[in-house]
Amino acid sequence: MTPMRDRLIFTGQLAFTLAVAAFLIVPALLSMVAGVTTNYFRGVRSGFTLQWVMQVWELYADTIARSFAVALVTLAVTLVVGVPAAYALHVRGGRLSRTIEEIITLPLAIPGLAIALALLLSYGGFSDFRRSWLFIVAGHVVFTLPFMVRSVMAIFGAIDVKTLDESASSLGASPCRRFLDVIVPNARPGILAGSLMVVTLSLGEFNLTWMLHTPLTKTLPVGLADSYASMRLEVASAYTLVFFVMIIPLLVAMQMFADRSDREGARR
Amino acid sequence: MTVTQGVTVSVEGCAKTFADGTRALEPVTLDVARGETIVFLGPSGCGKTTLLRIVAGLERPDAGGRVLFNGTDVTGVTIEHRNVGMVFQSYALFPNMNVAKNIGYGLRIRGVGRAEREARVAELVALTGIEGLEQRRIDQLSGGQRQRVALARAVAARPSVLLLDEPLTALDAALRERLRWELDRLLRALGITTIYVTHDQAEAMALGDRVVVMRKGGIAQIGTPRDIYFAPANRFVAEFVGAANLVEASATNGTLMLPGGRLAIADSSAAGAVVAMIRPEAFQVIAAEGAALSGHVERVSFVGDRQRLTVSGAAGRPLMIDASNALEVQIGERIGLTVDPRAVRVLSGERQ
Repeated sequence: MTPMRDRLIFTGQLAFTLAVAAFLIVPALLSMVAGVTTNYFRGVRSGFTLQWVMQVWELYADTIARSFAVALVTLAVTLVVGVPAAYALHVRGGRLSRTIEEIITLPLAIPGLAIALALLLSYGGFSDFRRSWLFIVAGHVVFTLPFMVRSVMAIFGAIDVKTLDESASSLGASPCRRFLDVIVPNARPGILAGSLMVVTLSLGEFNLTWMLHTPLTKTLPVGLADSYASMRLEVASAYTLVFFVMIIPLLVAMQMFADRSDREGARR
Repeated sequence: MTVTQGVTVSVEGCAKTFADGTRALEPVTLDVARGETIVFLGPSGCGKTTLLRIVAGLERPDAGGRVLFNGTDVTGVTIEHRNVGMVFQSYALFPNMNVAKNIGYGLRIRGVGRAEREARVAELVALTGIEGLEQRRIDQLSGGQRQRVALARAVAARPSVLLLDEPLTALDAALRERLRWELDRLLRALGITTIYVTHDQAEAMALGDRVVVMRKGGIAQIGTPRDIYFAPANRFVAEFVGAANLVEASATNGTLMLPGGRLAIADSSAAGAVVAMIRPEAFQVIAAEGAALSGHVERVSFVGDRQRLTVSGAAGRPLMIDASNALEVQIGERIGLTVDPRAVRVLSGERQ
């Protein structure tokens, strides 16, 4: 490689790194710093405080709790529905299975607002359901299910699950036993990856949720929008800080699991 | 000591048409004796695996077909209730369980107590010679070790019938040869009714009490390895099982008239234009002078334990002949050939 090309590549990489820093890391950090600054307009010289974080906690603790509840219930539903669905779609195969898979995947392509509108049109009349946070769960399940199904199916594709299933059946295992003893344990990396994806997506989902929420069923991102619109800047920033603190461990865990299943995949 | 166990297996008129309309199996009827090892042999796509899967309960035969174990109709019984043991080509060992847990899985499903289970696993570990590997993960095993674990797992719960689907195909040639003997020893020791599927005729010969040669979804011939080798029913069996020279000639009074001379045959009833099969090793090379049949050596291929000659001019098409590796022969040389009359097999109903 010529020194000229080396320098070009280096310059390109440097420019990319700086761009990431400028547009991703710096704004995020600034926002978080703003959340602990006494007065943003006077800058960090005004001193640091946790009062905005406390205020967020007082005003929005319920949205945080609700967001986690929604995420966990969404996860439970996608696990109970998505894993057996992925298994059935994979083992059955054929055109019907592919069509169903595409239908499940459709919500990825449709704007969240449109899905929310469709849900409201169809089920908005059931007022108890519409007013409860389970209505948001329904929207989140529609939105996150393809991620679960896809990531579990990817694993099934990699481990010849059909023959494993047949060999367990030849040893006398009922369909239910086979699913629990053989299918689920061997699909674990995919299930874990799918679960983290579902939780992360659900926690951060705004689009759908904004349409589906009521004043009493705000989630964290909706509360964030609310605080941006109606609170002072420091409170909104403190809210961002709270959101980061919650979401980053999840992202790190997701990355770790992804790495581990990559390594396991390589060993096979 | 051989303890014969297992059931008789009967297949009655089992055909298989897949959902897309492909006819994988023509109606097949077949009986397997108790304790017998029967081999389904044929090229890929001949329906042998489909037939095995029908016996296993992994496929249902088309309407009208029946599978019976010990005379009891099991056609509608799912595989998990048929009490079969099965070894898959890919072994399909459970990666989430270690070796001992894989072997003990069928016993665990049947609710066998821990102590008894461990004793049986230890017994099978010893029988298959995989001592010391009990706690290994599946991805830490070699191909041969996996094959043994798969076999141990399949027989652990004392199945009525053992089904093996190309169990040696995934291994390299040298290992395959060694495991073939080992498998033969094990099957004899277990004395269990066994159905073995393979496309390798040497494997079929070495392992089978009887061999079912299959072709295009049907049975071409059923017989002992010697039957199908020395007395193939037709051209397909002759050519698929071992190497064969198919010679077209006219027969009269126990003699085949060939371009390069004549050959005595044991079958004196053969008359007119016939197709006869002669195995390459049945020929003996003799001096050309005074020989009843002779030809020219066209090619010599030395393979160590023997040499294969291609001899032209003796029959309508060049003959393959296995000669002793000590024989000194030149290309272009004229040699005489002789064959034991009993080794010339006239194939009935074959025309060019």
